[in-house]
Amino acid sequence: MLKSRDELERLREEAMQKRAARESFVTVCCGTGCQAHGAERVAMAFKDELRRRRLSPRITLKTTGCHGFCECGPLVVLHPERILYVRVSPDDVPEIVEKSLLGEEVVERLLYVDPTTGKRVVHEDEVPFYKKQMRLVLGNNGLIDPTEIEDYIAIDGYSALAKALFEMTPERIIDEIKRSGLRGRGGAGFPTGRKWEACRNAPAPDGVRYVICNADEGDPGAYMDRSLLEGNPHSVIEGMLIGAFAIGAHKGFVYVRHEYPLAVKNLGIALEQTRRYGLLGEDILGSGFDFDIEVCRGGGAFVCGESTALIASLEGQIGEPRPKHIHTTTSGLHGKPTNLNNVETWANVPLIINRGADWYSKIGTATSKGTKIFSLVGKVNNTGLVEVPMGTTLREIVYDTGGGLRDGKRLKAVQTGGPSGGCIPTSLLDTEVDFERLSEIGSMMGSGGMIVMDETTCMVDIARYFVKFLTEESCGKCTPCREGLDRMLDVLTGIVEGKGGDGDIELLEELSGVLKEASLCGLGKTAANPVLSTIRYFRDEYEAHIKDKRCPAGACRALITFSIDEEKCVGCGACAKACPQDAITGKKKQPHKIDADRCIKCGICRTVCKFEAIKVV
Amino acid sequence: MRNTIMTDMVELTIDGIRTRVPEGTTVLEAARGLGIVIPTLCHYPGLTPYGACRVCLVEVVKGNRSRLEASCTLPAQNGMVIRTDTERVRRVRKVVVELLLASCPNSKALQDLAASIGVDKVRFEIKDRGCILCGLCVRYCKEQMQSGGIGFVGRGTSRRVGTAFGETPEECRNCGGCEWICPVCERACTAGNLVDGLCGGCQNLAPVETCLFCIKCSEAVGARGHKVF
Repeated sequence: MLKSRDELERLREEAMQKRAARESFVTVCCGTGCQAHGAERVAMAFKDELRRRRLSPRITLKTTGCHGFCECGPLVVLHPERILYVRVSPDDVPEIVEKSLLGEEVVERLLYVDPTTGKRVVHEDEVPFYKKQMRLVLGNNGLIDPTEIEDYIAIDGYSALAKALFEMTPERIIDEIKRSGLRGRGGAGFPTGRKWEACRNAPAPDGVRYVICNADEGDPGAYMDRSLLEGNPHSVIEGMLIGAFAIGAHKGFVYVRHEYPLAVKNLGIALEQTRRYGLLGEDILGSGFDFDIEVCRGGGAFVCGESTALIASLEGQIGEPRPKHIHTTTSGLHGKPTNLNNVETWANVPLIINRGADWYSKIGTATSKGTKIFSLVGKVNNTGLVEVPMGTTLREIVYDTGGGLRDGKRLKAVQTGGPSGGCIPTSLLDTEVDFERLSEIGSMMGSGGMIVMDETTCMVDIARYFVKFLTEESCGKCTPCREGLDRMLDVLTGIVEGKGGDGDIELLEELSGVLKEASLCGLGKTAANPVLSTIRYFRDEYEAHIKDKRCPAGACRALITFSIDEEKCVGCGACAKACPQDAITGKKKQPHKIDADRCIKCGICRTVCKFEAIKVV
Repeated sequence: MRNTIMTDMVELTIDGIRTRVPEGTTVLEAARGLGIVIPTLCHYPGLTPYGACRVCLVEVVKGNRSRLEASCTLPAQNGMVIRTDTERVRRVRKVVVELLLASCPNSKALQDLAASIGVDKVRFEIKDRGCILCGLCVRYCKEQMQSGGIGFVGRGTSRRVGTAFGETPEECRNCGGCEWICPVCERACTAGNLVDGLCGGCQNLAPVETCLFCIKCSEAVGARGHKVF
């Protein structure tokens, strides 16, 4: 139990000494992505191997949260040299220990190969994926075990809290955050300092104010909040502590998805530890400031990421939004002034307090400061979490960090901002990513989803996919969102099924306009973005579907037929074996044929054919 | 206790008419006070404004810009400039009613509204869900009857009004208030011969009692008594 700032600093010294005492340590990424690749077994193998050779505590093992380079998991990093091994399997572990930990040798075959140069890269920071990144928030994930509070304290954890409590007044903290230019990372980009100030200044007759951490991340393919909570929950807790002190709140909530079991678990452990260490609870570090955090699990409704819906859900009501004429900073949870920020926003706070607003505001563009974590997914070589300064161009993110497109395909569009974002065509690839620029070109920052699409992606089908997602996730309260999206889905489904007609595009545009103007909450107001942006940039694809009954990307099943190019087919029979319908026939070493009546256009033959003999028209 | 005379007043302009209303008044109430008709579906005096149907949209003008807001939930503020019947409002309102009609054509209230604002065609396939999800019954049950026996179940297009676990709850006193306030089942349009989703029967001009085709509704409320679901 830490009772003063000095005690915290003493503990920090001890923790740092402990870290310095060991010769080296191995980190195994056990974020959700690497876990899916079998990282837990790798960690287990390390544990056994280190024990078998009696190496601990000289060499220790750390299971960390997500490093971001999920494409190449499971990731193993050897400190202090920061040698990175990718796609490690449990069988590789004895060799790593023998050669790299006990010896000086590097296990060549486990190194990352730069696909552009073909060279093997030894150190983590030399990997192109990490080179252009600025991992202020996410970087610590790779250094600490999220279940060990002393790890976090050893890397300067809770020093920002101590600074805020003992050196700063609430007003100064708010001023610092305001000057830093930090804006909400959840999507809307509202200036965080102004929100805090509004909440602090809102009348609260009984003195009750709340802070909430919105961890209801629901965008398909996005997992940055999840990785932060899993890999570094203390940074979020520290941010909330500072925010609560500045605002004058004594109670906080983290609203986290029930579908994030590891995040819930690690957050729970972190909270329990902070309480035990006296960093949460009454009279924190002897400052007289009381604050505690409660975890609430959401049931997986996308709309509950909207602030008023989230608050309704916290109150035990149906998770549906209300009009925001009275801001939640004035009347939020249980009618009290409530400040709600996203996970990433909270995690930025300790940085700003520690290093100062002047430093922070130098990063980024004129209106958007700091870094932003994107989850780079889709048809890109290096999928994973990337953290770049605001103002980085899409081209840099996709090609330099992302390593370009898979299988040498051509880039068609980048979808940003989650389901309510828009599709950005290649012509706008040099757009600097910040809140304003993305809105100008019909997309949005959102919480940071970034889906890369290649030439085989049909833009009409993508619009249909996102509209379908939103139709299912609309709370159903207001007419335009509930009924309008349903009708838009009907029109879009008609188009991809080849039943589109004249006026369909205009009807989509009209409904989109109504959705934008008449919906109650942000979900409905932005729900038409995927449709509007694809019509704006890929109108020719819509027209090809409607007029020529043709899908230029070869993706819409109703509009394509599969056939075999007789000249290219060598008659290997791989397609015939793979066809689930037995629609492909032919003699060995003779060109095969597809029976169009039996073909269900699943595309498996195209995937298995090594000779590109399957034609799609 | 605050004296009513002492209540702070706010001044706003609705369709060019300057008016003063007590603070906390909604734009809808202020407009109605001036005799300006703003159509509504999910609004009912005495029930908490809900803002779901979006039929009561008005244009809030700020300098050169304007936005649409549901007037039933919009608190009147000093200096507000409201336009209730602009081209933009009418255009959006028509689409909203058209969308509702396509999912619930058999409501007299809705057909009347459609006729009055000039919806002449429903461009969408009719998917009769028999409910416009205005939530009047839910709020009536909870706020006026202090029961809370019914509520919304599900989300998106599968949202419906229901009881917990589909059983008649203890809280239900069979008051029938939900039926009474429902714009669909109490005043059902049973013309049966919809043209393009629009009622061609009583042409929405006759009051419900004299509608020749409306025989089923009185039956439903009559001898068999009220029954929730």
